[in-house]
Amino acid sequence: MKEFKGKVLFLDRSDINTDEIIPAKYLTEIEKMAMKAHLLEDLKLDGFDVKKDIEGKAVIVTRENFGCGSSREHAPWALEMNGINLVIAPGFARIFRQNMFNCGMMALELAPEQIDLLFSEFAGDQAEIIADIDASSIFIRSEKSKATIEFQISDFDKTLIQTGGWVEYADNHY
Amino acid sequence: MGKTIAEKIFDAHLMDEPFGDVSVLKLDRVFCHEITTPTAIKDLVSRGKDRVFDPDKIKAVIDHVTPAKDSKTAMQGKILRDWAHRHGIKDFFDIGRNGVCHAIFPEKGFVRPGFTIIMGDSHTCTHGAFGAFAAGVGTTDLEVGILKGVCAFKKPETYKIEVVGTLSPGVYAKDIILKIIQEITVNGATNMVIEFCGSVVAQMNMDQRMTLANMAVEAGATSGICLPDMTTVDYLWPFIKDEYASKDAALKSFCVFCSDPDAIYVKTKIIDVSDLEPMVTFGYKPDNVKPVSQLTGTKVDQVYIGSCTNGRFEDLQIAAQVLEGQTISDHVRGVVSPATPAVFSQAMEQGILKIFMDAGFCVTNPTCGACLGMSNGVLAKGEVAAATTNRNFNGRMGKGGMVHLMSPATAAASAITGAITNSTLYHSKC
Repeated sequence: MKEFKGKVLFLDRSDINTDEIIPAKYLTEIEKMAMKAHLLEDLKLDGFDVKKDIEGKAVIVTRENFGCGSSREHAPWALEMNGINLVIAPGFARIFRQNMFNCGMMALELAPEQIDLLFSEFAGDQAEIIADIDASSIFIRSEKSKATIEFQISDFDKTLIQTGGWVEYADNHY
Repeated sequence: MGKTIAEKIFDAHLMDEPFGDVSVLKLDRVFCHEITTPTAIKDLVSRGKDRVFDPDKIKAVIDHVTPAKDSKTAMQGKILRDWAHRHGIKDFFDIGRNGVCHAIFPEKGFVRPGFTIIMGDSHTCTHGAFGAFAAGVGTTDLEVGILKGVCAFKKPETYKIEVVGTLSPGVYAKDIILKIIQEITVNGATNMVIEFCGSVVAQMNMDQRMTLANMAVEAGATSGICLPDMTTVDYLWPFIKDEYASKDAALKSFCVFCSDPDAIYVKTKIIDVSDLEPMVTFGYKPDNVKPVSQLTGTKVDQVYIGSCTNGRFEDLQIAAQVLEGQTISDHVRGVVSPATPAVFSQAMEQGILKIFMDAGFCVTNPTCGACLGMSNGVLAKGEVAAATTNRNFNGRMGKGGMVHLMSPATAAASAITGAITNSTLYHSKC
């Protein structure tokens, strides 16, 4: 099972699409590692510095409909190659969400007011998140504040995380 | 209790419900292209699972970058080509016979009402125009589809969108879908199937229904479905005539999937298109939509007519009506990409390509090309495109470029004036 903990990158915008996460011109690459240097390269977000802001982050907290657009699994791979296995948002585009779990990664949905709380209490303060899959809760802390938030995860999604993804599961069962 | 077409297709293909809310479906078709499939093939090989569930149900095409533009895209083509040959996948379309996946696969008769279809491409929803459940998936789902012929989905909730009224001349399916996305937003149908119905959809031909279903994913939908009817049967007849005694018999067989009158929809919406003007996007989201009249005069550097949304024969024919006897603006680069070799041939035979060329357009081979900024018309920083494609995301057609989405008629008119403008085909009824 992958690790779901570490420093948080806050992206305060809804509808961040997969072209922004990894532009199409890099889809000619066959190795996942080639995605690493280009994560969020075309993100349109005031104040975001692609050269500085990703380094050392392991979790993304963002807004509604993250990962909309293209079906490219290169988007989760670009995150994974940068050590980011967990994205937390009020909602995700269906294909992106499924791609995350299919790769044994986690696209975690929290209520909009819980996301608001994460932004208002923790953004900009070197926050860190630890997700506990068995307890279905995340623990977040910064120098100023801390909180524990419970979440719901379906048995299917949990199985994919715990077994490392959909290929092995499907090949064993069907 | 009645069921929707999506629910009936799910029932007919259900293999397993391993976790209650998840349906594992048997697949009728797995479509493949050279961008998302090679990574799936590579992973299957590395896992020692280089197998395919059924070579006759897998169809493959090289379409995104063709002819190859560099050694990387050449290798992607080679991996797909070698794999197709290795596994006896007969329906593999290589250079000279290849076209945009969501145009060529329906054209070859590979899509039927009631089918389940996946592809590693978000615009797979296009095939819902035939009454199929067709969904874009990532590489892992594609990989499992190739290996086992199954895919997992949540139970489908359906958003019924009824399109009624009478369209003004010069207003098309593209304008309707842009209007729908404007109203329901890019997130309005996430995790849902859109069922397009109503008198306007019933009157549409299959090309127009494909334009409509193609952009369902821009509202977040898993699939966009039109109910099969005699128009569907007429289109498919050359491929199914040996399977059914008559067209009526075929229709009867397809209609077992049609939604029941008492089916349950999670949302419904009625859109009256009688007063609809030609529409165009602004900004970087497909729900940033305005009437063309409000963006008139916006200068464009490139006009692109093509793609899985609007690169079919009728699209070229309409654009040619606007362009006939005209030349495009000196400061505009016009690029037209017929979506398939058959479209290219037909447009050539009917003099349509000549109209484009006389007007000053560059005619490219069938390819996805510039739509996603991979080849054949990438924008430079600061440039603006008028395009018949489906996404206006930041950087979509090239880093720093701006894309305005519109119908082929509006794109052709904008090429002539060098700025966004309504076509002469548009006549408001007001």
